[in-house]
Amino acid sequence: MKKYIFSRVVQGILTVFFIATATFFAMHLVPGDPLMDAKAMTPEIRANLEAKYGLDQPVLVQYTTFMKNMILGDFGISFTQKNRSVNDIISEHFPVSAVLGVLAILYAALGGILWGALTAKYRNKWPDHVIMVLVILGISVPNFVVAAVSQWGTVNINKLAGISILPVAGWGEFSNMILPAMALGLSTMAYLTRLMRNSMLDVGNSDYIRTAKAKGLKPSRIFVQHELRNSVLPLITILGPAIAAITTGGFVVEKIFAIPGLGRYFVQAVQQLDYTVIMGLTVFYGAFLVFMVIAVDVIYGLIDPRIRLAK
Amino acid sequence: MMEIELNQKQTISTPRSAPAMSDNNKTNDNLDSFFKPAVKEDESLHGLSRPSLSYWQDAWIRLKKDKKAITSLVLVSFILAFSLLGPFVWTVDPNEQNLNMISQGPSFGSDALIANREMLGELVVDESIPEEPLEEVSPLEATESIEVLGKASTVGVHLKWQPVPGAYNYTIYRNEIQPNNISELGVPLFTTEYANELSYIDSLQLEAIPYWYSIVATDGIDEAMTYKTIEVTPELAYSLDQARAINPDYNIGDSISIGAHPFGTDQLGRDVMARLMTGGRISFFIGFFAPLLYILFGTLYGGIAGFIGGRVDGWMMRFSDFVVALPFLLFMILSYIAFGAGPGESGIVPMMATMVALLWPATARLVRGQVLQLREEGFTQAAQLLGASSWYILLRHMIPNTIGVILVTLTFAIPSAIFTEAFLSFIGMGVAPPNASWGVMSNEGIATMLNTPHELIFPAIFISLTVLSFNLLGDGLRDALDARMRSRE
Repeated sequence: MKKYIFSRVVQGILTVFFIATATFFAMHLVPGDPLMDAKAMTPEIRANLEAKYGLDQPVLVQYTTFMKNMILGDFGISFTQKNRSVNDIISEHFPVSAVLGVLAILYAALGGILWGALTAKYRNKWPDHVIMVLVILGISVPNFVVAAVSQWGTVNINKLAGISILPVAGWGEFSNMILPAMALGLSTMAYLTRLMRNSMLDVGNSDYIRTAKAKGLKPSRIFVQHELRNSVLPLITILGPAIAAITTGGFVVEKIFAIPGLGRYFVQAVQQLDYTVIMGLTVFYGAFLVFMVIAVDVIYGLIDPRIRLAK
Repeated sequence: MMEIELNQKQTISTPRSAPAMSDNNKTNDNLDSFFKPAVKEDESLHGLSRPSLSYWQDAWIRLKKDKKAITSLVLVSFILAFSLLGPFVWTVDPNEQNLNMISQGPSFGSDALIANREMLGELVVDESIPEEPLEEVSPLEATESIEVLGKASTVGVHLKWQPVPGAYNYTIYRNEIQPNNISELGVPLFTTEYANELSYIDSLQLEAIPYWYSIVATDGIDEAMTYKTIEVTPELAYSLDQARAINPDYNIGDSISIGAHPFGTDQLGRDVMARLMTGGRISFFIGFFAPLLYILFGTLYGGIAGFIGGRVDGWMMRFSDFVVALPFLLFMILSYIAFGAGPGESGIVPMMATMVALLWPATARLVRGQVLQLREEGFTQAAQLLGASSWYILLRHMIPNTIGVILVTLTFAIPSAIFTEAFLSFIGMGVAPPNASWGVMSNEGIATMLNTPHELIFPAIFISLTVLSFNLLGDGLRDALDARMRSRE
């Protein structure tokens, strides 16, 4: 197991290293340079600015400086926002995205387990059919549509009710988080429901359930202690991709609900071609996603001995 | 071998033909009686009761039984025809802007009046009423009735009301929803100066939608707590200047015909239906070609890895594991920048490049698994034993046996590519305006969602329906093509 974790972490570091390198050279492939747009720049000012940002150095020197700073955790200073470092941006806005993401995952997981268990319990009866249709819808409707339509619906409900039942934009209160978290978690919930249903059906056919029934255990106890607990395990495998989906989904949801999260900043930086912010956030997001996936795999191995033995 | 068998027969037949043992010829004659030529039996007994089916015929029969899959297939064909053939039928220019028709809801063609303010008549001032009331009345009543003078159009709405005894002046309110109490009257448009002004012409950004006008009398300081409301739906009209910009021969009172907009118009007055068609072409282009390319690459990669096997396979699969770990969106953004696409420029090429570069490993893994499994199958080994070349095995056994799985993967990859395109266009990194794609249209629609939801709803429905039907079709195809599912039935 230790060897497995070690090799995965090494692989992860290599991946992040590759992401950082690709990011750096992608930025340098772009025709022109970040200072090109500035107006009325004399050669002296330009030289000064280049020296300040280290742009007068050869590419390889810039690359080593960039990598050294990355390892030390320094992502540089934004080009478009004066005197604002990328580290500041991350430390200020990442917690917002993280809270939203955790809420969305919790909502998706609880909903997925509940609906999945329900469909498996009522297999081929109407609750199963209704929920599975909703699941396919949930997978097929893009999250920006879900977010926008839920916002529009809530505005109209608020209008009809005459009071603000749920705020439709902004951040701060818990009530602000409900709609975005639900919009963000919906497609993951749909996937989890489908997975949970399959998993419940698999577990339902297994020997230990038959043994439990033969022993004469109460059906409720079999359901909770044997079926539910064992069915939830495989859901952890989807957690890695789910975190990635929710992180990227956050870009859109944060934009629609006017949430000051990191995703919105990232999109904004790309639209403004703020090079240091793009580089910094790309490496940050890359490292975050890669290590999240590894963490999920390792945790799964720790929880489920069958996986550990297979490795 | 034949000889041995003959000998055996001989031994078996020995007891019966024992007396003739010495004569060899005679023995042969005797043997012949055991080997009668086969009588041609009734062929129908051996014939096939049903015609033999090829793999694809069988799959098609299975697919036809799946109602969901067939509905999806019809839906997919319909949406495809809509965007591929639609522009030949619906020849409205998707980029033509008409600022008179901004964010109009769905309509099926109508005539608009060319109107001006003169058509609404003069403002009414009743000289028989003094400018200020002679006596105080408290509380003030609401006006008895409101009437519309002239023709209410988007050029102007002329309202006239009955005088209220004791009123100093009147305030006119306008709202787009029906007011239920005095706090919901809407926007105060105007307050008259004197008590004898009894009409008002509203020409403030009118649209062809219902409005509720309310009149409240004022006692000089405060407004009365009573009001009277009238509902007016102005007719769509062009001002003379606007009409003459289209054709200088137009005159007041003429009517001008407006093209149908079955899905309405967007915030620049462009026809949503025409944009959905051209947008669909872009969405489908990316949706088909990106998956086609990366699935082709993945198939080749996985096929080679599985076919060669051994250490090469190990290294190739390790590389594919590495590619899987790369976050897609980040690389999409990087390639968007690396290709030199600035803000607001089209990102179709970087989008396709990233999809091809990063999304192939899933297919490669699948195909490799299939190939490894097929290599161990009896029929492959039999072919090898009979001296078939690698190429023959590849073409005759490997490809036909994996094509079903690849096809299913492709069916699932198409909606996911359309989804990705919509998502990237939505965050401003895919197809750039003024080119339409469903993602771009949704993005633009969200800005005006609260007032004119149709601009978001229609592209959103198209994306969702397409993704949904491809997903259902994929489910159906998997059931129809997967041999393992078949044996289970």
